[in-house]
Amino acid sequence: MAEVKKNEEPRIGVFVCHCGTNIAGSIDVKAVMEYARTLPNVIVADDYQYMCSTPGQNKIAEAIAEQKLTGVVVAACSPRLHEPTFRNATKAGGLNPFRFEMANIREQNSWVHMHQPEEATSKAKDAVRIAVAKASLLEDLVPKSVPVEKAAMVVGGGVGGMQAALDLANAGIKTYLVEKSPTIGGRMSQLDKTFPTLDCSQCILTPKMVDVYRNEGIELLTYTEVEQVEGYIGNFDVTLRKKARGVITPAEAEARGIVGGGCTGCGDCVEVCPVIKPNPFELGMAPRKAIYIYHPQVSPLIYTVDFDACVKCGLCVEACGEKKAVDLEMKDELMTVKVGTVVLALGYDIFPIEKKFEWGYKNYDNVITSLEFERLICASGPTGGHLVRPSDGETPKKVAFVLCAGSRDNTGVGKPYCSRFCCMYSLKHAHQIIEKIPGVVPYIFYMDIRSFGKMYEEFYYRIQDEGAKFIRGRVANITEDPVTKNLHVNAEDTLLGRPIDMEVDLVVLAAAIQPSAETEKTRRLFGVSCSQDGWLLEAHPKLNPCGTTTAGVYLAGVCQGPKDIPDTVAQAEGAASAASIPIHRGEVELEPYFAQCMEEKCAGCGLCVNQCPYSALALIEKDGRTVMQVTEAKCKGCGTCGGFCPGGAIWMQHFATPQIVAQIDAFLLGGEQ
Amino acid sequence: MADENWKPKIIAIICNWCSYAGADLAGGARIQYPPDIRAIRVMCTGRIDPLFILKAFQDGADGVLVSGCHFGDCHYLEGNFKAAKRMFLLKSVLKNIGLDDKRLRMTFVSASEGAKWGMVMEDVVKTINELGPSPLKEFAR
Repeated sequence: MAEVKKNEEPRIGVFVCHCGTNIAGSIDVKAVMEYARTLPNVIVADDYQYMCSTPGQNKIAEAIAEQKLTGVVVAACSPRLHEPTFRNATKAGGLNPFRFEMANIREQNSWVHMHQPEEATSKAKDAVRIAVAKASLLEDLVPKSVPVEKAAMVVGGGVGGMQAALDLANAGIKTYLVEKSPTIGGRMSQLDKTFPTLDCSQCILTPKMVDVYRNEGIELLTYTEVEQVEGYIGNFDVTLRKKARGVITPAEAEARGIVGGGCTGCGDCVEVCPVIKPNPFELGMAPRKAIYIYHPQVSPLIYTVDFDACVKCGLCVEACGEKKAVDLEMKDELMTVKVGTVVLALGYDIFPIEKKFEWGYKNYDNVITSLEFERLICASGPTGGHLVRPSDGETPKKVAFVLCAGSRDNTGVGKPYCSRFCCMYSLKHAHQIIEKIPGVVPYIFYMDIRSFGKMYEEFYYRIQDEGAKFIRGRVANITEDPVTKNLHVNAEDTLLGRPIDMEVDLVVLAAAIQPSAETEKTRRLFGVSCSQDGWLLEAHPKLNPCGTTTAGVYLAGVCQGPKDIPDTVAQAEGAASAASIPIHRGEVELEPYFAQCMEEKCAGCGLCVNQCPYSALALIEKDGRTVMQVTEAKCKGCGTCGGFCPGGAIWMQHFATPQIVAQIDAFLLGGEQ
Repeated sequence: MADENWKPKIIAIICNWCSYAGADLAGGARIQYPPDIRAIRVMCTGRIDPLFILKAFQDGADGVLVSGCHFGDCHYLEGNFKAAKRMFLLKSVLKNIGLDDKRLRMTFVSASEGAKWGMVMEDVVKTINELGPSPLKEFAR
């Protein structure tokens, strides 16, 4: 299509919404409606309490049919909220839905000029005039239908990612689960027990890990990172980097012709490895060899070589023997997979709480974080489940838990948000030490206890009854007795109104959480926005909490904002459901905002070709001339080419130059001067 | 100043994904700002032909704001880079034709920066009020 159709004489209908008092509270809706009637091309103007309601939408459809309208303008909320609604109403009236234009007189007018009714009304009139100018030039457009690849990808193999992958696979969709570390399981595998049920975290997680590993619909890609993303909803081409693991699986061994070979997880290699490094799974509190598994329950059970630490002595190769599973010459591999939709479940990291130097973490031996506490109290942890003071290995008798350590902190050092699960796990920790250490007293320094979930408040009462002491007040600072290594916790008890200097054996900081280190890079690859704190931005906080503004990319778990395990799993199921819809439909409609070349104007200079980030433009020979051609399937409608073409030869559908210029003219040259 | 009733006419051309969403968020948060700016939505600031801006000044705009995503956050990878480059060049054109280049402004407001949008609005209106009516106004009609 190169020709631009001449429109017939435009006949525009304008509909102004009151939105209850949201708009009508500061804008004179009747005056805006009356004004609309005076505008060129406007055949009918009306107003209604709620344009988005069924009667409101019916008004539009009826007016189109009765008045033979060629364009519709609704002055209401943001097009980012209700453009689809009113496009449907336009379609219901028998008009092409792309002949609809919206004037935003709520988010960008009545709500932000609440106390300036005159100015707001005048601005609304301008907005309507601008929208009518554009609507007068709109044309019929047909969305492009593209087939959807019957496969999905989940990035992140924590409990959220695992749940999403299982749901997708169980819905009959081939699912790639990409995890950067050598095993799935995520943060939850580092936890000892879960609140408020106190069931063992590994006991409920490990079966799920096995389910993921065994599920035939899931292709589990551990030790793999996303390298590059191309394409769009329905057709993402994702390039993955399979990091060199140094160890091959039985399947890979078979492919190499090694009979009965590959890693069986026997661990003979570990015995002989001479390199000792801190184990990150145990937060450095236990040693790890250069060839390792994170923890006994890993899935898949395959060893991994830490090439940063490995000295390539070859002892592990010898120990492995005939299985020939260890390959110290292994290199990273790139692979590309095609998927229809993507779920991001990128998880979180612990805030580096040493930045709050007043609490002495990393400076005083006996100040630990809650995640370190989890490992110390866990039977499979570095101490076999015995909570000890790092300084002397003694069992602590007085333990202080410092809540909101870096959370709800507006000093600029910490995080302004509530990390949402620290209250609950600190209650759980108090319970665990009461259970394990006779005569221990847990002191919980809190600002508020937020026990917001099902059975959570009941759990709080239970811990109170068990003897935990609660002190309301943020801890000001912690100092160490250099001889005993005991700690002095200084705080104000804000209920009693007096300062406290309490000597304790151990301090546990409920450190804030922050987006995981990979979040920033990965979100940019997928084109997903983030909030100011770095958490990924959902399409709408209430109505679309799993979606993003990038069609086909969905969010699960903490990467969208702090969540506990039940909320993470629930959102993962939501994200999986959302991600499965386009796949099950089999095709998606792309908005027809494609660039078109107006060949009669095109000089064939080719300057636009380099402007396109998607390589959608190319020069071709046609009728003895060189002209540009758009590959619509690749064009995403940004219009960067159209903003650049020196000859004005590019027609950006729905954002065409005459349409934008008409808006500019309508604002500046039209109206009540 | 010639006309005491003069009110600045400022046009903002903003991208759908970041600044428009940021402006919507400012609305949701009821952040109050001066009502002197009219916004036109485009899918990406990369869409903005410098001629649109010249047209706006020719029509008598007192100021033009272009606002898009932060660098690296563009929904279309790099449209905002290209827009920034064009606006930079356009500013020198404006200077050369005798128009104060402060009348053209490019800002970067993300979808989560409602408060920043409010501050940008305050600031742009303040700047244009200080500069007064565009000298091109008398040619506008």
